[in-house]
Amino acid sequence: MTIKENLLKGFFKENPVFVLLLGMCPTLATTSSAINGLGMGLATTFVLIMSNIVISLVKNLIPDKVRIPSFIVIIASFVTVVDLVMAGFLPDLHQSLGLFIPLIVVNCIVLGRAEAFASKNNPFNSMLDGISLGLGFSMALTILGSIREILGSGTVFGFDLSLFPLDDKGAPVTMLMFILAPGGFIVLGYLIALINRVRKV
Amino acid sequence: MIYVTILISAIFVNNIVLSQFLGICPFLGVSKKINTAIGMGMAVTFVMVLSSMVTFLLQKYILESLGIEFLQTITFILVIAALVQLVEIVLKKVSPALYQALGVFLPLITTNCAILGVAILIIQKNYSMVEGVVFAAASAIGFALALIIFAGLREHLDLQDVPKGMQGTPIALVVAGILALAFMGFAGIV
Repeated sequence: MTIKENLLKGFFKENPVFVLLLGMCPTLATTSSAINGLGMGLATTFVLIMSNIVISLVKNLIPDKVRIPSFIVIIASFVTVVDLVMAGFLPDLHQSLGLFIPLIVVNCIVLGRAEAFASKNNPFNSMLDGISLGLGFSMALTILGSIREILGSGTVFGFDLSLFPLDDKGAPVTMLMFILAPGGFIVLGYLIALINRVRKV
Repeated sequence: MIYVTILISAIFVNNIVLSQFLGICPFLGVSKKINTAIGMGMAVTFVMVLSSMVTFLLQKYILESLGIEFLQTITFILVIAALVQLVEIVLKKVSPALYQALGVFLPLITTNCAILGVAILIIQKNYSMVEGVVFAAASAIGFALALIIFAGLREHLDLQDVPKGMQGTPIALVVAGILALAFMGFAGIV
């Protein structure tokens, strides 16, 4: 696999959300707005890159039988780093992502890449793999978040698009359902159907 | 009375799958047949109650008394992973019948974010031990309920003529969305 292929696979061919269907919980839970989706995506990307590098560096030192617990400890350490840094510098984002920051530990993408890629490849390729999959994940979350934000509150990244008619009090009449739980499932369902359609053609 | 409130709120109003988005992977993965859904629901209930008790004691008597709460994520996930292994070993020895029923689902539970999520939520909500256990049990029942209803819907879905692009995961997600919409009707009872 060339460097270019390795770097591009995460966006379309092996996109974690649309194609591999991994990491559904944060995908649905944190995409009520584009900025939350992007924040969650970048936090996961950081953990993915760092854990991929460290795991591929220490892969020969870890006995085969205890490799999964060891991987989990490495991943959990980086998640703690992200959690503390975000609480310190981006308190608002940290507040709105809430529980889902510590839950990056159990995100199948991170452990999946550690097991399937980083434990078999050199640190440089593992880093590229982390960047590729992480940014692919961020892209998917941002797209999903933007669609839900546009439909649900008529804005994208906080900019008002003035798409919806105003009511008596001057507030836009939006489809609130899309920023609540059901909207997440429905938008993701249609997006995956669309991607399947494009991939087959 | 507070226990009843916690119970109803966790099962219906803030259903762990359909409104909190925890445990979506098993929700989509093991919901093709009602029987497997029931098995998974029982296994999750068992592990969730047990792990929330253990993590609660750990948080109160070790992490907090030593002032090392920032190690919460690492400790909890390791304890849960170890606990699942332990439950599997004990169950195999003590009750082969139960092991037969739940065995396949146990390894899957370690990476179920609902378990870790509920353990952390109990700490965040400042529940007491008993409230925590009630909350864990109620969340697990809510998970099982959503899973079993969804499995029933998907069994019916197999017989329907779904457009080609929507087959599989997309239609399952849309159905889950409609189910979540139905569960929103419970909002406001508590």
